Amino acid sequence: MTHKLDKLPEIFARHPQDPSSLIMVLQDIQQEYRYLPCEALLQTASVLGVKLSKVFSVATFYNAFGLAPKGEKVVRICVGTACHIRGGALIKDQIEHHLGIKAGQTTGDMKFSIEVVACVGACAMAPVVIVNDKYHGEVSVGNATRLLKG
Amino acid sequence: MRIVKPKQLEQLAAGYRKTAGKHKKTVTVCCGTGCLAKGAQKIVDAFEECLNRRKVKDFDVEAVKKTGCHGFCEQGPLVVIEPQGIFYTKVKPKDIESIIEKSIENDEVIEKLLYTNPQDGRKIEKYSDIPFYSHQRRIALRNVGKIVPSDIREYIAVDGYKALAKVLTTMTPDQVIDEITKSELRGRGGGGFSAGKKWRTCRNVAADVRYVICNGDEGDPGAFMDCSIMEGDPHSVLEGMIICAFAVGAKQGYIYVRDEYPLAGIRLQKAIAASEEYGLLGDKILGTDFSFSIRLSRGAGAFVCGESSALMRSVAGEVGEPRAKYIHSVVKGLYDLPTVLNNVETFVNVPVIINSGADWFKKIGVAKNSGTKAFSLVGKVRNTGLIEVAMGTTMREIIYDIGGGIIDGRTFKGVQTGGPSGGCLPETQLDLPVDFDSLTKAGSMMGSGGMIIMDDKTCMVDVARYFLNFLVSESCGKCVPCREGLYQLHKLTEKICEGNGTEEDIEKMEKLSQQIVVGSLCGLGKSGPKPLLSTIKYYRDEYLAHIRDKKCPAGVCKNLIAYRVIPETCTGCMACVNACVYQAITGRKKEPQVINPDICQKCGACAAVCKYNAIEVS
Repeated sequence: MTHKLDKLPEIFARHPQDPSSLIMVLQDIQQEYRYLPCEALLQTASVLGVKLSKVFSVATFYNAFGLAPKGEKVVRICVGTACHIRGGALIKDQIEHHLGIKAGQTTGDMKFSIEVVACVGACAMAPVVIVNDKYHGEVSVGNATRLLKG
Repeated sequence: MRIVKPKQLEQLAAGYRKTAGKHKKTVTVCCGTGCLAKGAQKIVDAFEECLNRRKVKDFDVEAVKKTGCHGFCEQGPLVVIEPQGIFYTKVKPKDIESIIEKSIENDEVIEKLLYTNPQDGRKIEKYSDIPFYSHQRRIALRNVGKIVPSDIREYIAVDGYKALAKVLTTMTPDQVIDEITKSELRGRGGGGFSAGKKWRTCRNVAADVRYVICNGDEGDPGAFMDCSIMEGDPHSVLEGMIICAFAVGAKQGYIYVRDEYPLAGIRLQKAIAASEEYGLLGDKILGTDFSFSIRLSRGAGAFVCGESSALMRSVAGEVGEPRAKYIHSVVKGLYDLPTVLNNVETFVNVPVIINSGADWFKKIGVAKNSGTKAFSLVGKVRNTGLIEVAMGTTMREIIYDIGGGIIDGRTFKGVQTGGPSGGCLPETQLDLPVDFDSLTKAGSMMGSGGMIIMDDKTCMVDVARYFLNFLVSESCGKCVPCREGLYQLHKLTEKICEGNGTEEDIEKMEKLSQQIVVGSLCGLGKSGPKPLLSTIKYYRDEYLAHIRDKKCPAGVCKNLIAYRVIPETCTGCMACVNACVYQAITGRKKEPQVINPDICQKCGACAAVCKYNAIEVS
């Protein structure tokens, strides 16, 4: 897997190399690889002069970071208040059942990951499901699984 | 292009207005998150494609503006023809050709694209006549949906940065603080603390370095006002911050934007670059001795980072854990230096107050609650969207006049404000004026502005459970009463939702709530039990129905409900059979279907697809 991390020097170079850049560096790594590979955390610690334990604590504190690789399609189900009362939880159950995994997991064939997110700011079209950055509004239990196709 | 004299700014504004005036009409296409999801980009593309094909007198692609959120997301994609203000709803790419032909080249109105007033079925031509808009008062959202957010010239043309020029050339920092204090502007992030007082305290601390931070970490689920402002009018945020920096004596500022708002981050970054290029940000702003820069700091998905001290730790690259409140962050904030932290909506009010004066601002709203407040009006209300009203407007006016009432003709049950730190208010509180003090008194709070409407199909115990679940996962874990107490509260609500609760559980929850409030450091724990307590206060009957009768009156809690096909209504269309992923529904075509309760998972898919309302929840 090491060959995949060739973007790291470039990411480190974008930010001042001190502890205050930690979150921003991790965000860029997350964006590039869609998760935080273990080796990347080790390198981040040494480049920014931060203890590995602190890197790990920040990486696990914030919801935006993940330590496991993501599937090809990331299905983000909004469970904000507006989505919840318009049936967001039912949609989550439906998609989980359909893919046979729970939120936070990835299918064995690495095709899908499910994530829940507390409000994406599109409450007026609740309930909302985002598939790889494409927003789908007014999703219903009747049509939720259709979003996973195509 | 660098502006080195305030006078130049005026000339530029006049110049831009003149250039814009060469078009006889302009078209604004709402490109907020909602309309984009409904296909607004295709509308813009269709305009472009059409205008490439046909020449229109005094009109071209430049007159088609991609703006921020117009607010009326329910009716999107939205297109407005200015200066007439003709408001087209649910526009499709195929409509563009006729819009250009009829409404741009000629002055005709296309009837079928107009908004239909649901009350009387009347078509309304102008957006200012639509009840959703006519009851609003827009100050913070003044430019959102009107200007192109990614073009600084558009902002300058609507008197953007005029307040900054006024401050830098005619006012002292003290005068600015006095004016803001006099306006009685209170922090729009939820707490409602006087912005002027905060600025004054910061200025009075002896220090060489001070910071200004804009809190764009709108974490309350169900709220998107700040998101729309940052996306739709980023320069107003910057101008407010720069004025604040001048007043308190700061050289460096940060905007902390939620990770879930990628577009807001992009727009702000672009706005920062543009204002630096124009000499409105950076060294020697407008040719004066005042310098100030702003950096964008992206959040990483932690609700607790909306809290001031946690946010400042996060800006510094650390884990966002709050600290004790006896040291105010305005005295010892970011890197332990004096820091003013205000939210997005607070900052965008600042330029208006400077331009129009504190006295003018105070006349809007009610005593001690001056100005307006933006809300995201969502949930089971007919007109969902982004709104702004004068403080003191009643809930009833907001929900019925602007919101158009409850969807599907159902009955109103409650309104939730203040997110996970606020509460639910019942029908008896509908005439409550919406301002900081009245809402707090009623057991809720203003919060940042999420207003979630609930109908009789919303279970209030489930709502309490929902918020507790949210808070359990978002508690940073530092204070034991918050970390463990909220967890226990959540377990108890779960127990009640499952039909295993007892009346003692209610008492237990009330007692535990008090301990959590006393024993937590920050707002997350201190106000965390509020959604629970307010629902117990106003909807105790519903709790008792779950406990005593083992029933969920709203038909939400899965353990207490059953789905059934009404044989008399069922047409045997088989839609439900196909929708049921658990294969719990059986029956022949054109004959009534039957749901097997042992297999049914109560997912509600059958009810969602049934066109004949033949599925009953009991």
